Amino acid sequence: MAVKVILPSPLRPYAGHQASVEYDAHTVGDALERLTTTYGDLKKHLYTPDGRIRSFVNVYLNDEDIRFLKQEQTPTKAGDTITIVPSIAGGAADASARARA
Amino acid sequence: MLELNSDLAGRIGAHGAQDYPHECCGALLGKDGAAGRAVRDLLPLSNRREDSPRNRFSITAEDVRAAERAAGERGLDLIGWYHSHPDHPARPSEFDREHAWPWYSYIILTVAAGVPGEMTSWRLTDDRARFEPEPISSARGAAREISSPVGGTL
Repeated sequence: MAVKVILPSPLRPYAGHQASVEYDAHTVGDALERLTTTYGDLKKHLYTPDGRIRSFVNVYLNDEDIRFLKQEQTPTKAGDTITIVPSIAGGAADASARARA
Repeated sequence: MLELNSDLAGRIGAHGAQDYPHECCGALLGKDGAAGRAVRDLLPLSNRREDSPRNRFSITAEDVRAAERAAGERGLDLIGWYHSHPDHPARPSEFDREHAWPWYSYIILTVAAGVPGEMTSWRLTDDRARFEPEPISSARGAAREISSPVGGTL
């Protein structure tokens, strides 16, 4: 049940500078747990302190966003590829003050 | 240290002025290695944040993937992002920090009354606690302070 997890450049320093890793996993969540157990320093960049995938972190199974599948419970099969892609967000401070202006 | 030549800095400034009073955003394409980090090209992107584009920007995962492909086609890497702060200092906000990853360079440009001004670059620390300033070099061997006007004496 080897599943490949492709890591974006910013996460590779936390995973031995590897571009991808492979794990035996039955779900997307299994694979991500194996990843973050093996490379503990990577976990805080994927998950919030209460264990949810950060809002700007997108996880794809074979190009399908897992939000539209069964999220972390999405089943995997041998040869599947999981890709982690950030969405980028930000902006100036004082949003509430600007809204009042 | 982030190498950014005057032409590229000017293009970021022009993008910020063009999109004012909205925030502009785009991708930094370049090289990162033992010799340092250098921006070689830009990929201007659309701010997908339609509800509050004056103080927020958003780049979708699809746009991120497109930026990665564009970098690869040019023999470059996706090394970071730029965005503007209209009428606001070129300093990262708490919102910026919450939505950042280490390793990427985050360039912020202030645009005051439509005129591009101070440009800074930042890197998130490994513990996600804060941004550290990343000095910008305008060309090989010509380091400058992180706070410099755009399109002027770079």
